[in-house]
Parts: sequence; structure tokens; C-alpha cells
Amino acid sequence: MKNILLSSFAVCTFFLASAQENNPKNWGELHGNFQFDGQLYLRDTAIDPSGEFYPDERFLGQGYANLIYSNGPFRAGIRYENYQNVMLGFPPGFRGEGITYRFVQFTKDGLDITAGNFYEQFGSGMALRTYEERGLGYDNMFDGVRLIYSPINGLRVKALIGRQRIYFDNSAGIVRALDAEVTLNDMVAGLSTSKTRISFGGSFVSKFESANSPIFNLPENVALGGIRGQVLRGNFTALLEYVYKVNDPSADNGYIFRPGQSLLANFTYSTPGFGVLLGFKRVDNMSFRSERDGTLIEGLINFLPAISKVHTYALPSLYQYATQLNGEMGMQLEASYRVPRNSWLGGKYGADINMNFSAAYSIWKDPIPKTDTLNFVQNGYNTQWFKLGQVKYFQDLNIRWDQKLSKAVKMTLTYFNIQYNQSVILDGVKDEVLIANPSQIKMVYLNAGVAEFLFKIKPKHYLRTETQLLLTKQDRGNMAMLLFEYSISPHWFFSVQDIYNFGNPDPAFRLHYPLGSIVYVTGTTRFAFSYGRQQQGIFCVGGVCRVVPPSNGLGISVTSSF
Amino acid sequence: MKKIFAIAAFVALASHLNAQQLPDVKLKDLKGNTINSSEIKNEGKPMIVSFWATWCKPCLRELHAYMDLYPEWQEETGVILVAISIDDTRNSVKVGPMAVAEGWEYEVYIDENQDMKRNLGIVNIPHTFVLDGNGNIVWQHAGYSPGDEDYLYEIIKKVAAGEPIKE
Repeated sequence: MKNILLSSFAVCTFFLASAQENNPKNWGELHGNFQFDGQLYLRDTAIDPSGEFYPDERFLGQGYANLIYSNGPFRAGIRYENYQNVMLGFPPGFRGEGITYRFVQFTKDGLDITAGNFYEQFGSGMALRTYEERGLGYDNMFDGVRLIYSPINGLRVKALIGRQRIYFDNSAGIVRALDAEVTLNDMVAGLSTSKTRISFGGSFVSKFESANSPIFNLPENVALGGIRGQVLRGNFTALLEYVYKVNDPSADNGYIFRPGQSLLANFTYSTPGFGVLLGFKRVDNMSFRSERDGTLIEGLINFLPAISKVHTYALPSLYQYATQLNGEMGMQLEASYRVPRNSWLGGKYGADINMNFSAAYSIWKDPIPKTDTLNFVQNGYNTQWFKLGQVKYFQDLNIRWDQKLSKAVKMTLTYFNIQYNQSVILDGVKDEVLIANPSQIKMVYLNAGVAEFLFKIKPKHYLRTETQLLLTKQDRGNMAMLLFEYSISPHWFFSVQDIYNFGNPDPAFRLHYPLGSIVYVTGTTRFAFSYGRQQQGIFCVGGVCRVVPPSNGLGISVTSSF
Repeated sequence: MKKIFAIAAFVALASHLNAQQLPDVKLKDLKGNTINSSEIKNEGKPMIVSFWATWCKPCLRELHAYMDLYPEWQEETGVILVAISIDDTRNSVKVGPMAVAEGWEYEVYIDENQDMKRNLGIVNIPHTFVLDGNGNIVWQHAGYSPGDEDYLYEIIKKVAAGEPIKE
């Protein structure tokens, strides 16, 4: 199958190329990119006394190249990937090399046809979303066929069938999906100038995976339906989406036959100088994979967006949240305000203030005793819609202050107060266990502050500094970090940083983690070299967080695109 | 063998290609409308297309840096700035409030499925393109370091004057 697609793809391209020969003005477009990352690992007995993280290969490297050609209604693309071997912290399922992505796409008579690999998203993705995050090793694209058609103005229908990528293979399960989206103002002529804009949509997704369990009568076909709507009027928007899934016993939910459902609601108000977002989410048993025994990032069909802020400063981002697929209740409030220029608070240049609060709990669970076998297998637990759950997963309050102090100095101050349930987010302990034994919950309470300054030294020369402090009595204890980054526009970056874990409960791990790097950019090509220690980190993707082991060594990264 | 064949086809094509343009894909505007990227035009005048995300600090540093200079750039060259967010649904809902609250005068779109990013071969953001008056990509740059705006403006002035660009 793969070969047939590849060769038909090649034939198409050749055919097109020769067809265009008489019209040399229209050769179409070719875009592509390339990335290679490698690291030479050095044995460091301080960060890794037993050597458990030290790779046998000493040097690990991985890379890929994409090419996408388009010419009017025709488009085709291909990607080669290679992992020799996969770097520490990435899913070890990526091993070897091959052509992982190839597709042809064309539009004819308003019908948009894709054959091969593709990425798709319905609504917010709670029903279906395939995407790639190369930096995290995440890619759940489809290999199949997709049709997109707009029969009338304001209506778009999508239909697809295919199997999802799991590392270098396709999933055992097949996914069939339909989606329709209506933009009312485009469909109804009288509404085209209305101040209120309304759009809504519906999705149906079904997966098939054969089953031969001796214990359970597992469903081979599992369906999911979803509806969504968006209303926009003046400065207000409201976005609502609800999905429901029939029984889908899986490794994630402990093979219970409970149906799943999820609701996402977001409201925003914005006016020049002020913006606010209020979000609410409830997830109940919504893991949806094309392989029922899939774990980690394997074969996820849908995407449940976390409603919390993404932190990028090194220390606070050690404690980031990921949606719990088996159930959670979450809310988020974010507000930003621009303090006017020449005001008492804002000074000569004004300032930006941003505040974000988010919290996530389990859903309320009344356990069903396992002795009540049928009830337990069918429902797993009883719940109440509007009652906050017994287990707190996460809470985050952060406030950022951005201000230009003078022509040459900019300042950003950020404060974080985070509560992080390590048992749930990292260790994956089930709610039932924690409800029964609350003393087992490993909660990390932390306060952190970051001061960032940007100094203009002279034209094109800038110095950026970050001073970070993270205080906690739990986990790895207190840490401090200092970073200096000197840049010369538009080509050079030089940076040095040190993280000092001075409060580690284990004195042997009160270590420094120095790291230096040099980056050279020319056009769209970037070379980066780094040398030093990296402390244990965390990657969160698709509702799953995984630990990136500590390492020491020489890193190299080359990216390029055209 | 067939793989080599396919790659060779690409290479054969690549050697004959025209100036690059933006691919035609579906984007969302801040009102939730789906638009074709081919509708994004600045008739005869240069255009900056900058890819960003709400969580990307260098991107915001870049867009903030342009903000003070933008009125002058527009006046001198007629350039417009199109800021395309690649935020996923976790954050795309924040794009509108952020753009409005910040008072950006840029045209802002959301590339939620990252079709545009993929079709342009973008690896990381920020990634900035300059298009000439005919919509041809004449310059692009990966990343942002403070001060790049001065360099960018030199490029835009040349494009507006119809001069060729050499990196």
C-alpha cells in the first residue's frame, strides 16, 4: 500500500511537471524543511550516580526532512524521518528510519481530496484531532482518505477514513469520521451584515478495532458524537462544545463500560487595553484511542485541551499540567490590562499586566464496590455533574508585569503560586486510590518568581537576563537560576545559565546545572550548539507527562527551511 | 527504489520552480470566520507575515517591538503586517483577547490545524516572511533577536522601492 501510494505520488509529480512544460511560468511552489538534533552524552556521576540514564550509544541523533509541492489545486508532500537512536526523553518507540508521511491532495469542482497522510481537527479537537509536535515526538496523523466539500455558502462538510500513526506503524484500529460546520451569517443572506456572528457544527467519529478478549465482550465499534457553537457579538464571544462517547473499555479507564462525555466552555471579552477569558471544562472518561490498549501518546484520536497557562520559564515549567483523560473539572480565568502611558502606574511608556488563575480537580466520584461486579464494570463509579471532585489536581495563580523602563531597558516580573498533584499528573495514580488514602497524595506547593530584563547595549546588541527563584518544601526543593543571553542581531546568540538546586532534600543532589550555548542564524537556517548539564525535566503532550532524564554533554541542532 | 524515484521527482521540480508564494489554505479570523489565505493581500505593496503563538516569548517580543514602529513603517512604505497564530485550541481562544487588549493594528489570523505552517516548511516560531507587491516571498527569517526590526525595515524599504533582496 505504502509503495503504491509513493509511486503514484511520484508519477503524479512527474506528470504534472511535464504537463507544465509548455507553460513554464507556472511551475508551482516547493517548500521544505530539515532538522537534525544530536547529543554527545558525557558520563556524569553527580547527576546520575548509577548510570541508569547514560545511553549505550554515547551519541544519539535524530532528524527529518519535509518537502511539500503545490501547484494551483494540486499538492503533494513527503517526509523522511530518522532516529539513530532516539534521543533521551523522546518516546523510545521511534527507532530506525523511513518515509513516514506522503500525500497527494487536489481540489476539483469544489471537492478537496486528500489521499495518504493528513492532519485534521474538528472543532476544538475534543472529538478528533491529529497533529504533530516534532519537538515532543508527538505525531498521530492519519493514513487514509479525506474529502472536504462546501455544497453551499457557509457550510463545510468533512469526511475521512484511515488509520493513525503509532511510531513507525499504523494503529490496529480504523477511524471513520464526519464533520459539518455552518457559519450562519454566510449561509443566510439577511445576516451577512449582522453584528452577531453565529457558527455551529457537529461531528461523528467512530473507531473499529477487532476484539477477542476471553473475559469481556468488548465493543469493536465505538462511536462518539459532538456538537459545538460559537456566538460573537461586539466585544463578546462564547464558545461551547460537548462530546459524548459510548462505552469504550480501555487500558486507560481500567476496562469499564462507562460512556464518556466532555464539556468545554469559553467566554471572552476584549476591548483595546483590556481582555478577559473565562473557561470551564468537565471531562468524564474521555480517553479515546484507536487502540484500546494504547498508553502514553499512542493512537489518541481526540484532544482535550488543558485549561491552564503554558509556562515557558525553566523553573515554573517543571510543574506543568496536562488534562487528565479519565476525568477532571477545570476552570480558568485570565485577564490582561494595559496601563496607559504617562500614568502614575504605567510611567512614561505604559505597562502590561496579565493575571491567570486556573484550577483542576477530579470529578466527583462515589466508588462502586468491586463486589457489585456488574454495576462496577458498567459504570466504574457514580458521579455528580456540578460537584467538584475530591482530589485536587492542580492550581496555578500567576501575575506578570511588563514594563519598558527607559529607551534601553525593558522589565518583566512574574510571580507564580502553584499546587501540583504529583501522584496524579506524573505517577498516574487513580482517583479511587487517592480518595481511599488521601495521605498518599504527593502534593507540591510552590512559589516562584522570575525577573527578566532586556538591555539595549548599542544598536543590534542586546543583553537579556533572567533571575528565577522557586521555593518549595516538597519534591526537589528550592532552586535558583540565572541566565544571561547576549544577542547580536540578526545572526548571533550567546547564552550561559546556571540552575542551582540548593534546597534539594538530598544533600548529594544540591547541584549546579551550568549550560552554555551558541546560536547562529542566517536567513532560515539555524545552528545551535550547547554544552553542559541539563536537569531532569518534564514533557507534557496529549494529556500525558513524561520525565526527561538529566543529562550532560554536547548538543547540536541544525534547522533549515525554504 | 520508488522512494528515490519520488525524491528525484521533487528535485527535478525544485530546479524549475518559480518565486515562492503563500500556499492557499484555510485560516480563521478573530471573528471565527474561515478565510482562504489567498485573500490576504496588500495590492502592490509589501507585506510582512509573521508566525507566532500566545506562549512564544520571542514571538511576543518581536510583535511588541514592531508595534511602536508600525505606524511609521506603514506611512513610509504602505506595508501591512499579518500575524498568524499557530496556537492550538488550548490557547487559540486567547488570541483574540490578546490582540485586542494589546491594541495591535496587525491583521491577525489563526492557523489552528497548522496547515499554513506545514505548507511553508516552518520548523519553529517566530518565523517571518516578507512578500513583495505581487505576493512573492522575497525574504524570510527564522527566530527573532532584539534589534531584528531595524534589519527588517531595511528589507521592507528595498521591497517597496522594487529593489532586489539579497540576504
